[in-house]
Amino acid sequence: MSVSYENSKRVFEGIKAAGIKSVSALPETWLVHLLQRAEDDPDLELIEVAKEEEAIGIAAGAYFAGEPHLLLMQNHGFLAAINGIVSLAQLYHIPLCMLIAFRGHWGEPYPWHTRGGIITEEVLRALGIPFEYARAPENVAKQIKEAYTFSQSSLSPVALLLTRDLMED
Amino acid sequence: MERAKCLEVIYPELKDKLVVTIMGACAQELYNLGHRENFFYLQHAMGLASSIGLGLAKHLPKEKIVVLDGDGSVLMNLGTLSTLARYRPKNMLHIIFDNGSLLSTGGFASHTTSGLTDLAMMARGAGIEHVATAVNPLQFGEAVLDAFERDDFSFIVAKVQAIGPDKFGMDLHLAENAFRFRRYIQEKKQQGLKE
Repeated sequence: MSVSYENSKRVFEGIKAAGIKSVSALPETWLVHLLQRAEDDPDLELIEVAKEEEAIGIAAGAYFAGEPHLLLMQNHGFLAAINGIVSLAQLYHIPLCMLIAFRGHWGEPYPWHTRGGIITEEVLRALGIPFEYARAPENVAKQIKEAYTFSQSSLSPVALLLTRDLMED
Repeated sequence: MERAKCLEVIYPELKDKLVVTIMGACAQELYNLGHRENFFYLQHAMGLASSIGLGLAKHLPKEKIVVLDGDGSVLMNLGTLSTLARYRPKNMLHIIFDNGSLLSTGGFASHTTSGLTDLAMMARGAGIEHVATAVNPLQFGEAVLDAFERDDFSFIVAKVQAIGPDKFGMDLHLAENAFRFRRYIQEKKQQGLKE
């Protein structure tokens, strides 16, 4: 199994087509090609954080500034960012468009990813965060644009889960 | 040195800057000096004030950003020091009011009490170049003016007493503060485009 170069490209093109001008991220294996493209793109501001909760603050700053922003993280990073999501984004009605690598689920060979993978959807539901699954490469650009649009209209965090079907070859 | 005194000293300078404060006493003391549309009070999510500041600074290069942080808050998000060092937002000033106490939540001693943990040294270790420590209002005022003139990311640790305001309360809902803060920025941007 390897990370899909072609589909990472599709996701990146979807981010650009959605009008996103800046991205905050913490590197993770499934996001490696995506982040490489983001780093190489002079028109995209990429801010890499030390821990995902920082990215919630950065996203709030970008929203106040009026710049279309997107967050890239692994689901364990999402779990690490929950207080920021609840007590900054949700409390102050600040939109977040989160693309989350959905590790630790169907087909997961690594034991350390499994607990986080098993509980991710239930945590999203408990937090009242709307989410969708990105599986088919031909749909992902549309899904990213829709996720961004919905986050802005609802002033809420929104998650698009990047699945194994999409991210691995 | 009292934090309220420090805020009074720099209040006139904050008129045209975007200001993000942490929760509790710090937010209240700034509010008591007179709320302005360019102030955002982060009343929860401890540790993220400086991350909001970074997000503002990177996306609004023409604005000056001032973050009013505390020892207890920054200790909850130490990674922010290395992220700020790496991205070095030239238009941002990060002030830590270090009172060695979790004052707003019962006054328990924080890790900086007795000088055990040195936040200025941690900032330098993270790679932040311009770091100052102030122990009296004059030093503090000078450090802030230096920072504004510098046009580079600056970090100030202000050693203050663990005291806060007598009363808490704002006639400003959290979401209302966020909406108005964003509107202030957007209107200023529009104005800038017209000029």
